Amino acid sequence: MVLWTAIEMTLEMLRTVMSPSTPRVVRAALGLTLFAAVVSIPIRSEAADVVTTNQPNAASNSDDIVWRVERERTDAIAKAMQSTVCVFVPGGAGGGSGVLISPDGYALTNFHVSSPAGTYMRCGLNDGNVYDAVIVGIDPVGDLALIQLLGRDDFPTATFVPSRSVRIGDACYAIGNPFLLATNLQPTVTAGIVSGTRRYQYPSGTLLEYGNCFQTDASINPGNSGGPLYDSHGDLIGIIGRASFEKRGRVNVGVGYAISGDQAQNFLGSLFSGRILDHATLGATVGTDDDGSVRVTNILQSSDAYRRGLRYGDEILEIDNRVVQTANDVQNLLATFPAQWRVPLTYRQKGRVVHTLVRLASVHRGDELLEEMKTALPPPPPAPPTPPSDPPGDAPGDNDAPGDEKAPEEDTDEASENAEDDNAEEDSNNDRPAEDEGSSEEKNRPKDSAGEPIPQAATERIEERKGFANYYYNKKQQSKFIARVQRQFDGVNPQATWKLQGQATIAGEKEPKLFEMIVGDDVCELTIGSRRERLATPDAYVQSVDTGSAGSLLAAMRSLKRMLDKGPEQFGDTYYWGTAPVLGRSPLRDTTVATHSGIETRFYQHPESGRLELIESFADRDGDPAELWIDPPEWLIDIDAQSFKRFALSDAPTDSATTNGTPTVLQLRYGLDPLATLNVKSWSDTDMESMPTADKDAVSDATNE
Amino acid sequence: MNSHQPAHYQDRLTSIALVSLVTFGLLIPSAPTAHAQPSLARSSSQVQNRVVKIYGAGGVGGLDAYQSGFLVSPAGHVATAWSSVLDVDPIVILNDGRRFESKIVGFEPALELAVLKVDGSDLPYFEVPSGSPDAPIARWGDPVLAVSNLFNIATGNEPASVMQGRIAARSKLDARRGTFQTAYRGEVWLLDLVANNPGAAGGALVDLEGNLLGMLGKELRDRKTGVWLNYAIPSDVLRAPIGDIIAGRKSVSPVDDDPLLARDKSHNAATLGLKLIPDVLETTPVYVDALTPNGPASRADLRPDDLILLVNGRRITHQRAFRDQLRRIDRRDNVTLTIQRENEILEMTIRP
Repeated sequence: MVLWTAIEMTLEMLRTVMSPSTPRVVRAALGLTLFAAVVSIPIRSEAADVVTTNQPNAASNSDDIVWRVERERTDAIAKAMQSTVCVFVPGGAGGGSGVLISPDGYALTNFHVSSPAGTYMRCGLNDGNVYDAVIVGIDPVGDLALIQLLGRDDFPTATFVPSRSVRIGDACYAIGNPFLLATNLQPTVTAGIVSGTRRYQYPSGTLLEYGNCFQTDASINPGNSGGPLYDSHGDLIGIIGRASFEKRGRVNVGVGYAISGDQAQNFLGSLFSGRILDHATLGATVGTDDDGSVRVTNILQSSDAYRRGLRYGDEILEIDNRVVQTANDVQNLLATFPAQWRVPLTYRQKGRVVHTLVRLASVHRGDELLEEMKTALPPPPPAPPTPPSDPPGDAPGDNDAPGDEKAPEEDTDEASENAEDDNAEEDSNNDRPAEDEGSSEEKNRPKDSAGEPIPQAATERIEERKGFANYYYNKKQQSKFIARVQRQFDGVNPQATWKLQGQATIAGEKEPKLFEMIVGDDVCELTIGSRRERLATPDAYVQSVDTGSAGSLLAAMRSLKRMLDKGPEQFGDTYYWGTAPVLGRSPLRDTTVATHSGIETRFYQHPESGRLELIESFADRDGDPAELWIDPPEWLIDIDAQSFKRFALSDAPTDSATTNGTPTVLQLRYGLDPLATLNVKSWSDTDMESMPTADKDAVSDATNE
Repeated sequence: MNSHQPAHYQDRLTSIALVSLVTFGLLIPSAPTAHAQPSLARSSSQVQNRVVKIYGAGGVGGLDAYQSGFLVSPAGHVATAWSSVLDVDPIVILNDGRRFESKIVGFEPALELAVLKVDGSDLPYFEVPSGSPDAPIARWGDPVLAVSNLFNIATGNEPASVMQGRIAARSKLDARRGTFQTAYRGEVWLLDLVANNPGAAGGALVDLEGNLLGMLGKELRDRKTGVWLNYAIPSDVLRAPIGDIIAGRKSVSPVDDDPLLARDKSHNAATLGLKLIPDVLETTPVYVDALTPNGPASRADLRPDDLILLVNGRRITHQRAFRDQLRRIDRRDNVTLTIQRENEILEMTIRP
C-alpha cells in the first residue's frame, strides 16, 4: 500500500515537473525507472562516475524516490522496533507496550499498563530476550510510568522529536504489543498518519487526563498502550495511551491518542525521582469570551498567579510562551505540566500587557492523589495459575464499570485474556528452573503479581515507601545531590560557624554597605550597615521568610549548612523532587526538597555542571519563597517585575557561571524582584562565642522599631 | 533545466540500457540529501478551511448532537448528511472558530443529503465535481483522505480529524438490500478506512490534491453480520441536487407566498383520507396513524406509521406545518407526499 503511495508520489512529481508531457510518457518513464532500479544494483559504483557532471533530472529523481522512500520506511521501522518494549505483567494479568529512552534501560509506558504489575514486570525486546524490569516513577494523572529494564547498559533507545514539528498528515507508525500478540517478542507494526494535533481527552475523575496529545489513524488496539508512536524516521512522537472505541467494541476504529513527547519530557526528570507525580493547576478558571479572548472567570487569592497580579477579567495571552486562543487551549497546555513548575505567563490587564512567571499549584492536595489511585483503577485481575476456580470473566466487567463513554481505555484486561495461556507456558518453561534454587530465601523475597518471588536483581532495586512508586530511585538521586553539593562547597567547613563579609546592595538604595553574616547551627545573624537581624528560634526563621526581610536569606544559608553537615538522611524530611525550570527556563534543574523546623527548602542544581544555583525557602505554600541565588547570572541581577520581559529571558545567554568553590555573589529575591545583593569578600570559619553578645540585642531591638 | 527535459525522455525511450545506467548513477549523489517519508501534511491542511463542525439536536438515547459538513459555495452553503441532528436549526462552526446559526435550505431524503445556509460571503468552498465516464473523479485504489469531526474530538477552531485510506470499490449500497438500514440506494465509494464513526457523517472525502470526491455517510451496520460499513456518497451524485439548491431551483423551505385558501376549498388530512398521530407536542412528527378505507391516501398505498417528510417537495417538520401547507393547496389538486417507511424513501401522489 505504501509502495503505491510512493509510486503515486513519483507520478505526482513527474506531473508537476514536466507538465507538457502526457501521462503515457510518465507511465513509460516510471516503468523504466523501476526496471532501472532492478538491473542496476551491481553497477552502482561504476555508474556513479558517469553522472557526476550532470544535473539530476526528473526521471532519475523519481526512481530515486520510489526506492528511497521504501527503504527509508523499512529502515525506520527496523530501527524503531529495537527500542519498542513488550510489557508482560507476570502471571498473565495483562500487559502492554513501552519504549526505551536511555541505554541503561529506562523505558516509558502507561501508568495503566504498569499499575496491575505493581513494582515488577517482564519486558521483551525484539532481540528475543526477556528482561526483568522494575517500576521507577509514575504519573497517574498523565498516565505515564517510567520503568527500568535490567541487565544491560547498551539498550537501543528512541529519540524524541519536538512535538511542535509534528503536523497533521505526517506518516507515523504504532509499534507495540496489541492483544499481547508479541509472545515471540516481535512487536506489531501498524502505519497511519497523524490525524490531529493538540487534542484534549477528558480524565476519568482527575486521573488519566490527556492534554495537547496527538491523534492517529494508525491501528491502535488494547495492548498498544504505553507503546511508542514513531515518525517516518523511526523517532519518537509520543506515547500511545488510549483510543476512542465507543459502540464497536474494544478494537480500533481509526482513532487513537498518544501523549505528546513534549509532555513526556516535562515529566521525565521527575519520573526518575521514583515519586508519584501530580499535575498542575493555575489556581484560576478561564472562559472564552464572545470576542474570542480568554478571560479569567475566577481566581484563588492564595494562588501564585494572584500574587503576580492576575485578576478577575484579565485576558490570558500566552502560557509558556505559547499563544492561547481559547479556554480549551489553556487547559490543554496546563495538563502537560508537573505541579509546582514555574512557567511564563503573559496576560493583559486594563490594556497593559504583563509578562510574568507563575508557580503552578498541584491538582491534588495531601493524600488525595493516593486515594484517587486506589479507586480509579480496578485491582489487577487474579493471576490465573494460582486460583484456578476464579471465573476469568470478572475483570473486564469491573473495568467497564465507570461507564463514562470517554473514560480511558485500559487495555490490560482484554489483553490478558488473550495472553493467559501463552504466559503460563512461558512461566513453566523459562523461569521456574532458575528460581528453584534456594527455596527458603525465596519465601522471604517479595512476590510479583503472579505470587512468584521477584528475582534478586530486581528486588535490589525495589524499596516501597508511602508516596513513592519506588523509593530506591529517590535515594539514588539523593546521593547524587549531596555528592554534588559537597563537591561545590568543599572549601567550607560545615561543622564550624560561618562568617561571611563583604558589600551588600539593598534594592532601591544606591550605595552599597558593608555586611557581615554569621551562620550557625541554630543562631544566625545578618548585619548590613547598621541594621542587624538575629534569628535564634524556628519561628524567627519562618517569620523572616513570611515578612520578606533581608534576614530571610539566613534561612537558606542555614539549610545549606545543615545539609552539608548532616546530609539528606539526617537533615529532616528530604527527597529528590525531580526536574523543574528555573525562571521558566531550560535546562530543567535537578530539584531536591528538604523540610526542617517549619521551613521547606528546595535546592536547584544545574543538570550538567551540578552547580547549586538556587535555594528557595518556603514558610508557607501560599506565600512567595525567599530565593537565594548563588552566583546568579549577570543579566538577572537587575531584573525586577517591571523589567521582566519575555525577551529578556529568551535573549539571555545560557547560564555559564560554573565556578565551583565558595560563592562570590549571593542575591535574595522575592517573586520577581531582587531584595539584596551580597558581594562576598570573605567566607571563613568563626567561633560563635567570640561574637559580641552585649550589644546584639540592642541592635536587634533597634531594627524592630 | 526544465526546458530541455522532454528531449531527455525521448532519449530514454530509445535506449533503455543507457537510461538504466544514467538513472541509477544519479541516484547515488542525491541519496544523502534526506528526503522525508511522504507526508500528507499539505494534503491535510489545504482542505481544513472548508470543513465545518455542525451541532444540533441529540445527546439523548445514544443519538449524537454533532456531525460534520463542508462548504459548497462562497455564500455559505454547507452540505451535510440528513440526520436527526438537523431536527433543530443547527449551529455551524467554521474552521477558524466562527460560529453561525444556519437554516436548512435543501433536503434530499433519498440521498440523505441536506444543505444548510449560513450568512457568509467569500468563504472558501469545495467545487462538487461530476467527472465523466472517461475521466471519473476517482477510481478504486485511489488514495483518499477523510476529513471530519468524528467523535466531536475538535471544538471551536481546532482542526478536523484527518484519516487516510483508499477507495476500495464503487458499488450500490443496496447490493444486499435490507441488510443495511439506510434510505440511500445509490452508488457509493466503499472505503478501506474506518471513516464512518459517530459525528463523521457529512464530512469530506478528498483526494490528495484536495478535490472533493464525496460526502462521508452515516454509520452503517450490517444487520446480519454486525459488520460496519464505511462509505461516502460520490460527488457526481451530489453535484446536481447541490447545484439546484444553491441556485435556488429547488427549495424545501415551506411556501409562504401561496395564499391560504378557505378551509372548505383547501386540502386537509380528511380530504386526503388519513389520520395523523395525536398532535400533542410543539413539534409532533407527521406520522400517519390510520387511513380511511378506500380513501385517496389508501388508494395511493400510504400506510400507518409512514412518516411524511415533504408535501409537494416542501419540508414539513411538524403537524402544524403540514396543516399549513395543505391549506395552500386546492382540494381539487393532486398532492405529492414524500414519506419515509422504515428505511425507504418513497414518493407518492395522492389523487383526490
